Formats: sequence, C-alpha cells, structure tokens
Amino acid sequence: MRLIFIALLLISSAGQAADCLLRGTGDLGIIIERAAGSLKVVDTTHRKELFRVKGLGDLSHASAVYSRDARYAYIFGRDGGLSKVDLLCGRLVKRVVQGGNSIGGAISQDGRLIAVSNYEPGGVKLFSAETLDLVADIPATQTPKGKGAKTVGLVDAPGQRFVFGLYDTHEIWVLDMSNPQAPQLTRFKDAGLQPYDGLITPDGRYYIAGLFGEDGLTLLDLWHLEKGPTRILSHYGKGKQQLPVYKMPHLEGWAVAGDQTFLPAIGHHEVLVVNRNSWQATGRIPVYGQPVFAIARPDGRQVWVNFAFPHNDTIQVIDTETLKVIKTLKPGKGALHMEFSPRGEEVWISIRDQDLVKIFDTATLKQIGSLPADKPSGIFFTARAHKTGL
Amino acid sequence: MVGAALALFTLAGIADSAVARKTEILHLLKHDCGSCHGMTLQGGLGPSLRPERLRLFSEAQLAIVILHGRPGTPMPPWKPFLTEQEALWLAGLLKKGIEP
Repeated sequence: MRLIFIALLLISSAGQAADCLLRGTGDLGIIIERAAGSLKVVDTTHRKELFRVKGLGDLSHASAVYSRDARYAYIFGRDGGLSKVDLLCGRLVKRVVQGGNSIGGAISQDGRLIAVSNYEPGGVKLFSAETLDLVADIPATQTPKGKGAKTVGLVDAPGQRFVFGLYDTHEIWVLDMSNPQAPQLTRFKDAGLQPYDGLITPDGRYYIAGLFGEDGLTLLDLWHLEKGPTRILSHYGKGKQQLPVYKMPHLEGWAVAGDQTFLPAIGHHEVLVVNRNSWQATGRIPVYGQPVFAIARPDGRQVWVNFAFPHNDTIQVIDTETLKVIKTLKPGKGALHMEFSPRGEEVWISIRDQDLVKIFDTATLKQIGSLPADKPSGIFFTARAHKTGL
Repeated sequence: MVGAALALFTLAGIADSAVARKTEILHLLKHDCGSCHGMTLQGGLGPSLRPERLRLFSEAQLAIVILHGRPGTPMPPWKPFLTEQEALWLAGLLKKGIEP
C-alpha cells in the first residue's frame, strides 16, 4: 500500500511538469531562432541556455512581449501565429494562428489583453492574455484594391489604449480598450504618407510614426488627441539624394538621452538627433550604413546602432555627449538585433550568419562571451515586462 | 597530361565557385529579400513572391524589378549586388516556385 502511494506521488509530481524551475524570471530572456521557428530561454546572469522551445512557425519577422509577472512570453510570428511560452517550464503553452501575415504586437497596460497587428488581412485583433481567446477584431480601412490596409507600428499606451498606423491608407488610429466589449476608435486620416513603423516615448505620452512616403515623421500627443497628428522634421534631408534602403529601419526602442532622442534616418546613412521639447532636429550623425536599430544604453550615455544589408556586419557606438561614433565593431555578418541588460552593463547581439549571440561589455566595448543559437534574430529580456511600448 | 589535369582542375574550380555563388544568392533571397517578402516568400511589407502571383510577369520583367527596384515603393535596386544573368536566374527560380 505504502509503495503504491509513493508511486502515485512520483507520477503526479512528474505530471506537474517536473522540469519547471523554481526561481525568479527577472534576469531571463528569449532569443528568437528565425529559421528554425524556435526560441531559446536564457539566463542572463549565468549567460546560459535554460530551454529551447520549438514549433513557433515562421519567425522570419518576430517580436515578443511579456506578461506582467514576466513568466510568459508572447511571440508574434510572420505567419500570423501568436504563441505563449512559459519561461519557467520551457514550454509552449498555447499557439493560435490569428491572421495571414502579422508584423507585431503589444500587451495592454493592465496585462490582460494581447493585441496583434496584421499585414494581411490588415487590422488589429485582441486576445485574452490568459487564454489567447479572441476578444475583439478591429478591421483596417479597405484599400482601393479591396484589401485591408497593412497595419504597422502597434504599441500599447496608458489608458488601456493601443496606437498603430495604416500603411496603405496613411492613417493613425488610437484604440481604447477600457471596455473590452465596446472598443473605442479614434481615427486620424492624412497622418502622413505610408507610416511603416511607430514608437511611443517611455512615459507613454508621444507616439511617433516613421513615414516611408515622405520626408519626416508624424507626432501624436496622447495627452491631447484633440490636437491631432502633426508633422515633425518635415524638411529634414530634403534635397538630398536618397539612398536605397535594403532593410526598413525599426523605430522600436526609443533611444533617449536627456533632452535628446536618436532615430535612424531613412534613405540616409545617418542617425538623427532630435530635441524632445521642440521636436527639432539638432544634429545628424554620419554612420556606416542605413541604420536599422538605434538603441540607447539604459543610462542614456551611449547609443548602439546596427545596419541594413550590405552593412549588417557592423555595429557602431555613439557617445551621446559628443555625438560622435566612438567605436566601430565588426561582430560578424547578420548583426540583426541588440538587447541591453536591464541596467546596461552588457549588450547581447545576434549574429545570424555565425549562429551566435555575442555579449559585449558596454564599458570596455569588448566581447566577453557568446552563446550558440540557430540563426538568431530578436533578443528580448524580461525587463520589458514593465515598460510601456515594449 | 599535365595540361589536361590543369584544365580539369580549373573547370572544377569554376563549377565550385558557380555553386558557391548560387548558394550566396539563395541566402540573400531567404534572409534579405525575406525581411520584407517573408522568409517563405508569402509576403510581408512587400508582396508575395510565390509563383501564383508572379505568373503575370515575364522573367525579364521580374529581373528589371530586381535590378532597378520599384520607385515609390520600398523595393530597392539590387543591381549593386546581382548581375543581369543572376537576376534572370533568380526570376526563373521564383516563377517556378522555390522554398528558400
């Protein structure tokens, strides 16, 4: 009898996911393996892999957000898949294919809703963060061809809101989900030609859309929606020959240092310096290629920049005081993404063509370690769980 | 005899470098074209490059788009990185259907 009891105990504890870890998640993260459709769960303190989670679909363009308890990652894949991964158990909890072709997502201020934006069929869908059940479906404006406009630059904003752009119809929409049964939409038309990405300031006040179809950016003050969107930097770079763009820049990751913000220019091999009170350009920093990400170290003292093909073997570090490039690193071809540790002493960089994530000390600017990963792209640490817009 | 061996060696060298170049172009297709058109080419910010959609265009037309881009859209010219022959070869592959 006693033996049976012990055996039962053993079985039930095995059923309770014996492999789950009992620990905090504050120093964990994920590394997307874009070609394999998998991810690695990593411990950033010990710089080691904890789990590999497979079966996440087409991750050729993937992004992720975290639950507010920082235990679950939600991954948005190119094929419209939304996957919920348990970091402590290294397990895919649930996966739904919610659209034909998705581009990104966000988690609501209260952590209860996951929003996903789609290229096809356009629009935004909202899901319960707990169950991934559909809560609301917000279709995009129809284009003259009868398709929903590609929906881009989706971010969360205070007031249980989401903000996003409509690439084909030149709009910015603000979606208020305070009452999940009755979504409230505010639509801004003529918000700039072909918004292709967006970001929100860390305080959640300003939304900025990058425009492909015109010089400049669109600014929306979320404290004063009645003012509507305004153009900023609209004469920036006018008259200059635009260079071809082999990968669209990303505006996620607001690089801010004091009053200065740093943005990748488009069609110019420059990082723009913008004063965040006047929204005027105060400088332009010549860099090695078309910037893709310009990301500030959490203390704001440095901005790290990576580049589009054919310059994607290089990373440059800008000193935000002197506005000069202080270091050009050659970590390898396919340097796709950078993620700082929460307080910025380290940065992890995906090197796709070497199947490695390289870790750099941000004080010495020297490599201090690496981790193998299969065609790594996005790196997302759990510190994002408590930041608006990430 | 030595001449023949050398000739064979050179031919093999050319074949090797041609294979290497094709591998390089397919890598470019998957990862760099793929960043807009999707790694499985079903489309993203850029349109699908699957054969169903490319049926309407000739190989020569597609090669022109690859080499010169499409003004007014984010499609850039790839002429600095591909020869005309390479673009035609790539256009042919796409029309036939390829899983990069």
